Amino acid sequence: MKISLTINGREVSADVEPRTLLVHFLREDQGLTGTHIGCETSYCGACTVLVDGKTVKSCTMFAVQADGASITTVEGLADNGQLHPVQEGFWERHGLQCGYCTPGMIMSAVGLLQEKQSPSEDEIRHAIEGNLCRCTGYHNIVRAIEYAAAKMRGEEPPPPDWEEEEVSV
Amino acid sequence: MTTTTSVLGGAVRRREDPALVQGRGRYVDDIKLPGMLHAAFVRSPYARARITSIDASAALAMEGVHAVYTADDVRHLGPLLAQVPVGKLRPLLADGMVNHAGEAVAMVVAESRYLAQDAVDAVVVDYEPLEAVVDLRDAASDRIKVHDDLDSNVIITWEAGPFGNEEAMAETKRKIAEAKQRDDTVVVSLDMVNQRLIPTAIEPRAVLANWMPGYERFEVYSSTQVPHALAGAIAKTFGLASNAVRVVAPEVGGGFGAKLNVYADEILVSFASKALGRPVKYTETRRESPHNTIQGRGWLGTATIVGTRDGEVLGYEIHAICDMGAYSQNFTAAIPFLGVFVGSGQYKFPTHMKLDLVHTNTMTTDAYRGAGRPEAIYYLERILDEYAAAIGMDPAEVRRKNYIPADQFPGAMAPVGFALDTGDYEKNLDAALRFFGWEDLKAERDRARAEGRYVGLGLSSYVEVCGFGPSALVDLGFSWSEYGLPSAFNGSGLVRVNPDGTATVIIGTGPSGQGHQTTWAQIVSRELGIPEDRIRVTHGDTAESPMGIGTFGSRSAAVDGAATYEAAQKVREKAARIAAHLLEAAEEDIRFENGGIHVAGSPDKSLTWEDLAKTAYQPHLLPEGLGGGLEAHSVFSPSNATWPFGTHIAMVEVDPETGDVDILRYMAMDDCGNVINPMIVNGQIHGGIAQGVGQALFEDAIYDSDGNLLTGSLVDYPLPTAADLPNFELRRTVTPSDANPLGVKGIGEAGTIASAQTIVNAVVDALRPLGVRHIDMPLRPKRVWQAIQDAQSGRNG
Repeated sequence: MKISLTINGREVSADVEPRTLLVHFLREDQGLTGTHIGCETSYCGACTVLVDGKTVKSCTMFAVQADGASITTVEGLADNGQLHPVQEGFWERHGLQCGYCTPGMIMSAVGLLQEKQSPSEDEIRHAIEGNLCRCTGYHNIVRAIEYAAAKMRGEEPPPPDWEEEEVSV
Repeated sequence: MTTTTSVLGGAVRRREDPALVQGRGRYVDDIKLPGMLHAAFVRSPYARARITSIDASAALAMEGVHAVYTADDVRHLGPLLAQVPVGKLRPLLADGMVNHAGEAVAMVVAESRYLAQDAVDAVVVDYEPLEAVVDLRDAASDRIKVHDDLDSNVIITWEAGPFGNEEAMAETKRKIAEAKQRDDTVVVSLDMVNQRLIPTAIEPRAVLANWMPGYERFEVYSSTQVPHALAGAIAKTFGLASNAVRVVAPEVGGGFGAKLNVYADEILVSFASKALGRPVKYTETRRESPHNTIQGRGWLGTATIVGTRDGEVLGYEIHAICDMGAYSQNFTAAIPFLGVFVGSGQYKFPTHMKLDLVHTNTMTTDAYRGAGRPEAIYYLERILDEYAAAIGMDPAEVRRKNYIPADQFPGAMAPVGFALDTGDYEKNLDAALRFFGWEDLKAERDRARAEGRYVGLGLSSYVEVCGFGPSALVDLGFSWSEYGLPSAFNGSGLVRVNPDGTATVIIGTGPSGQGHQTTWAQIVSRELGIPEDRIRVTHGDTAESPMGIGTFGSRSAAVDGAATYEAAQKVREKAARIAAHLLEAAEEDIRFENGGIHVAGSPDKSLTWEDLAKTAYQPHLLPEGLGGGLEAHSVFSPSNATWPFGTHIAMVEVDPETGDVDILRYMAMDDCGNVINPMIVNGQIHGGIAQGVGQALFEDAIYDSDGNLLTGSLVDYPLPTAADLPNFELRRTVTPSDANPLGVKGIGEAGTIASAQTIVNAVVDALRPLGVRHIDMPLRPKRVWQAIQDAQSGRNG
């Protein structure tokens, strides 16, 4: 089937098998391998992208369903080499280790911050509960999103909470 | 309380991250090679069955299907190599029998991923199902044998107290038996399950093999923690020289021990690539993963403690049956032995451990974060809490009373028979109790209880063994010799100053998120003064690194880090000779500071690294006999493993109506010796704690009695989410290791080893007023609620 859509601001037309998943279309046909696959049941969220501004798990959406849509993947976030505040937050606050869940996690955070400028910690934790991370225990992901939220409000981000010093008794 | 600094580097941002946050990281499944084919596997729906026929004709007739391989095609290559070949080794493809659900029976190779999957569905396999063995006691009884050609399902028994000394072990048993007979002692015993877990790195495993005809060599990309072992296994399997196989582990999306294995699919796609002359890729699906990638844990055991009424433990025993699954892979039979290393924890009391390792009709178990150590520490630290409750003593004080005292270090001998490096357990406990305010926490819990809330405090000490390791471990079977690698666990580090004054560091590790590019740049920058952003670190490529044991067992910094430190020192020595020659000064007066080189007391007599490096590559400008170039390689063997330790504390609240557990606070005081990058160290602890909490509250690999995995997808196997976990409050004490020149100890697994029982101890503490003594993990609401009901009706404890 023929589809036309916009990916990261670029017009794309393609002929795809009806059963092709959006995530495979992005990764294999479009070469956008930043969107990852961690499961095939919408649970892990590694494949999260923005479809018309809303976060969607691209492993359970067919490419043909994206006909006419505007899609943003993690590759489309940075602006001329300038990292998006969420990307910067993940870097500054050690919000990633292996980096595999990171693109999906970042897209979910971007989706959250589009809707809420000042999410509480609880709101952040619930907003990303559809994105699984096995490395970080989420602690620093929450800090990274708090950092980005502050940045996007034009405020000074809170300082990091790791300690340089040991405790002696 | 005072604070001091023992940080060798600092909390600098990671070099790895800019690519990863922009989706530009390259993982195996991202790589496409010209002409690449895709593999998929036909898997058994039965846990135990005879294969009566395989008909691949319909699959082979599909356009674009290149091959369907079965055991007949690959029997000559197998079985799969294992480093500890105890028990039954895995055939590359099921050979006549299947022994666990999801076992690979045939491999399809086709033009596309979708087509390969279609062809899998077209392969017809007939099975004659047989009764499966799943229950551990049933397996140990040998009522049904998993493998007819083995004498017993019990493949080995590890016994210690101390290990390897029959006479001393008899003495230990006698002491414990005598203590139990005394009428002034208390005996506390619990049957406990340390359940099977599915490691679940978010990146499923993937491998891409490319046999290059004419070049007669393999280039293989794999999502592995052990690229050199895989290269060795492929070379050995196909009869090639080691330098005819290049394995690259690019970005690896989490490992946690599950990628510390050479897998049948890695050998099989290599075989297919060689047979077909095309690159072949295989990427696991999440549904396949629990049947294809190792699982972890799986102990069913009884822990017993005997002690006085004032808190002196006189003996501790654990007897457990440990689930190996159907086949032994890499370290399968050695994993419980890692629990033996730490079986007596931080304590001095006589300890007797007996672990029976059994085959069952389930997926293989092997190393999952902690690997044997979380299991052993769980039993010990759970039963210590029950003992403390039985004698009415503060659980922290029971631990303090039984610690190996600080004056025994370094080199204290643990009752299970191993010498520890360094330790000061009481210092760490005191730091935890004072810094986190143990007395205040207890008062807060008591106030909550008075209000009718079910709030509990849990505490656990732990000691871990990691940083493998010393060459002597070879005698215990811990090595990589089966894969043709140098038999010890040595580390490798190569430091090269390039002609432009930048540095390249090549290490033998295989990280999966631990930030080695950052940390190793810090190690080298600290020695040479070259700024970190001018140092590039590469790892996970067997063509670049002369040797490498990989990343597992919290070993990288303590072993490969130390090797790199030594290599940097050698480079520095040579650089000092060149600088002394150029600056006409004495070698001992050369200083490496502020990114350059100068003579002590004469800052104007200076060189840049670029000046020096340029000279180093022009031998005619160098002192006679020094030789050109500026690089050094070091292979380092530590004098001991490292033994980090710590104290974790959790405060939880249980809703008695629903059984829901809420973690109110989680506090950790760890001691991993000197720290290079505190940001990365904390990140490791966070992730470790999260996996232990996952075991405590959520995760469970459940097989039914027919051997069907009931929790094979993320829908049924809940990982902790951001909404399930609290913030973690971390601090540390520092007791430098004497086993390596950096004084560091491993930290990758500590959080996991410490946390599961910390949570369970807290939940049991919360419910003790209701009469609950123990609940087996995972403490999901239904199980907690049921335990409350049982306790209320007198059925628990």
